[in-house]
Amino acid sequence: MRVTTEAELAEAIRGAAGPLDIRGGGTRRGAGVGERLEVGISGITLYEPGALTLIAGAGTPLAEIEAAVAAEGQRLPFEPAHWGAVLGLAGASTIGGVVATNASGPRRVQAGACRDSLIGVRFVDGSGVVVKNGGRVMKNVTGYDLVKLMAGSWGTLGVISEVAFKLLPAAPTQATLVMDLPIVEGVAAVSAALGSPFDVSAAGWLPGLGAVVRVEGLGASVDYRAGRLIELLACYAPRIERDGSAAIWADLAAVRPLQGRVGDLWRFSVKPSEAPGIAARLGGEVVLDLGGGLIWALVPEGTDARALAAPYTGHATCLRGASPRFELEAPGVAALSRGLRARFDPRGILNPGVMG
Amino acid sequence: MQMPVPSAAILARKAEITARLRAILPTDAVIDDPAETRAYECDALSAYRRQPLAVVLPRTTAEVAAVLRACAEMAVPVVPRGAGTSLAGGAMPQEDGVILGLARMNRVLEVDYDNRFIRVEAGRTNLSVTGAIEGEGWFYAPDPSSQLACAIAGNIAMNSGGAHCLKYGVTTNNLMGVTLVTMAGEVIEIGGPFCDAGGLDLLGVICGSEGQLGVVTEATLRILRAPEGARPVLIGFSSNEIAGACVADIIRAGILPVAIEFMDRPCLEACEAFCHAGYPDCEALLIVECEGSEAEIAEQLGLIRQIAARHDPVEFREAQSADEAKRIWLGRKSAFGAMGQKGDYMCLDGTIPVSALPMVLRRIGELSAEYGLEVGNVFHAGDGNMHPLIIYNANEPGQQELCERLGAAILTLCVEAGGCLTGEHGVGIEKRDLMEVQFGAEDLEAQMRVKDVFDPGWLLNPAKVFPLRVSAARRG
Repeated sequence: MRVTTEAELAEAIRGAAGPLDIRGGGTRRGAGVGERLEVGISGITLYEPGALTLIAGAGTPLAEIEAAVAAEGQRLPFEPAHWGAVLGLAGASTIGGVVATNASGPRRVQAGACRDSLIGVRFVDGSGVVVKNGGRVMKNVTGYDLVKLMAGSWGTLGVISEVAFKLLPAAPTQATLVMDLPIVEGVAAVSAALGSPFDVSAAGWLPGLGAVVRVEGLGASVDYRAGRLIELLACYAPRIERDGSAAIWADLAAVRPLQGRVGDLWRFSVKPSEAPGIAARLGGEVVLDLGGGLIWALVPEGTDARALAAPYTGHATCLRGASPRFELEAPGVAALSRGLRARFDPRGILNPGVMG
Repeated sequence: MQMPVPSAAILARKAEITARLRAILPTDAVIDDPAETRAYECDALSAYRRQPLAVVLPRTTAEVAAVLRACAEMAVPVVPRGAGTSLAGGAMPQEDGVILGLARMNRVLEVDYDNRFIRVEAGRTNLSVTGAIEGEGWFYAPDPSSQLACAIAGNIAMNSGGAHCLKYGVTTNNLMGVTLVTMAGEVIEIGGPFCDAGGLDLLGVICGSEGQLGVVTEATLRILRAPEGARPVLIGFSSNEIAGACVADIIRAGILPVAIEFMDRPCLEACEAFCHAGYPDCEALLIVECEGSEAEIAEQLGLIRQIAARHDPVEFREAQSADEAKRIWLGRKSAFGAMGQKGDYMCLDGTIPVSALPMVLRRIGELSAEYGLEVGNVFHAGDGNMHPLIIYNANEPGQQELCERLGAAILTLCVEAGGCLTGEHGVGIEKRDLMEVQFGAEDLEAQMRVKDVFDPGWLLNPAKVFPLRVSAARRG
């Protein structure tokens, strides 16, 4: 079933006889059980470049939004992550899918996650009731922040029909420092960069390339900060990449080194300094983002990567594989999450089993 | 402003309730002498006051848990309090409730520069968080005007902002984890020194829940390395409209200053009289601050100068020294105090789309004339967060009510312009009865469901945020 308006979406949920498998562009591996509900509520309904705000239907293709804001010299601050290729899924991501999975890219270290740029949502809860929260302004503390709660809820509290974002001016210039280092030294190098005053906008580590650190902004400012970072990181012998900078981060955001590979795919969100130890214990191939705070890992099929990686401060998500997708929550947290799901989706029909 | 009728049964049990609290806390941590509890009868929204049943000042998370468990068992409401600086009445007591103050929980627990976080007890003041790390060149970004006094606990409860959030975001964007004690007395760890939630983003809904979901006793906060420098520029304009257009052009040009502050004539005149900041004689003033190295600041200010020139500024003054920078900020930082010289004031906090600034400022001027009360505007223009200050005389009969009506009219205007009732102060009691202007019944129902899960008995700060009629069935 495909719906193209919020009213149709509400009707479909009210009339559902059983579980619904909610889909945007089909690039993020949904529930896989129940009747497929495709959210095709598409189109940008408001874009005010002077106010740095955009509102769009949840089924609007991400590419359409990225093109529209780029035409005005702006961008989504969180650098949306494209997971389709690494998960081996064809299709075009929708903005609703990005929000439902809180899928942020490398700029998350500087500009925050998808949930930090999201300023408003409309959604239909499990009973078919339309709810709005937040709005179209950048600062808003009126009532509880259900906007954050909906981001990353994987459709289990409600099906998002409309989203509002704050945008940022796109940086005219970028440069990346590349350091041919193994993981241990690589994480130390990016940590030093992130702890500098030079406003680093991304920091990671890629196999075959090494540690990478990006600065963005006005031309003279990028030159200055890149120069200061080269001094700061001199002991790691950095080279500077200008023309190739954007491609490096597109590769990292799409986890290119792990695309088309056999095995289970995991994301570990951890304290950055723990990354080298976790990577060593996992043994397989990894890509690091967020200064080491995010580890993409490929392990043999059926591996319990959590047990292998332990101990770690944070959580792991199995994006492809038979292991439970989300980390087991502590009892108190699990009880609150269960309670919220029971209140927002009393029949338990929205993407059942995806989050527990 | 109405509060629920205090429970006669609870008031009658005061001795029993305080005895139980004394049994679980050190003697100096329970206050019930009315002469002493008076200090807690209001927060910074001092027009509204209530005497609490008792005040407790625990020193540990375990003590907080014991208090909440006991109060839950006795069915006694609890109002959490950070430093009591809420402008929305978020910490105003209720007569049949206990104030749980966090002021004694103010230690730094952990500083980790490699992983870029600090963990503190939530009663610690905002500015002293930065104070603990600035020696090493780091800072905690959210900077509410009350940062010298306000507590992190209150910042989390209200999701506080500040002048520099255009670049750095508000509390929720800088909060990584909390230790939360539920009304049942359960201690729960949510989030931590890593990115994003491992399941539902409970942290996201706890931040800004105005002390209604649980009591935050510890917080993990993101810290940043301080920029090399910062410098403001002052730009005067001949009308609010032109200043508003200049703000939009700066944003459109792709420059991201850390702050764009706006003051209108009534506010400028008050500041001049109060602290002689040396502001130009103009209708509207912008203070724009840029950060970075000297060369980077010069690059950004150069662009801003070009943009401002297209709007015929009355004056463009770049700070040439630290002293001049201080003078430029002096008036802005004393604005509330300066307006206070004119009389009592009510500070509003609605946010509007930046594009609606000229229209909303014009309408506020008309409403001010209509109600016969002076309104000065000083606000964060970059993000549309207005702070209209209504001047009135609280001692003159009827003025408080007149002021409240004008406030409601201005906030309704903000919502109609596409904005919201409160950008950074919170709903509390102040905007509680206006919530239906912004939200439909289903929207409020969805929010109240969250409280049902965290606090099924509706004992935590129950008379705030939701209109009393709307929450009546749940409050029992």
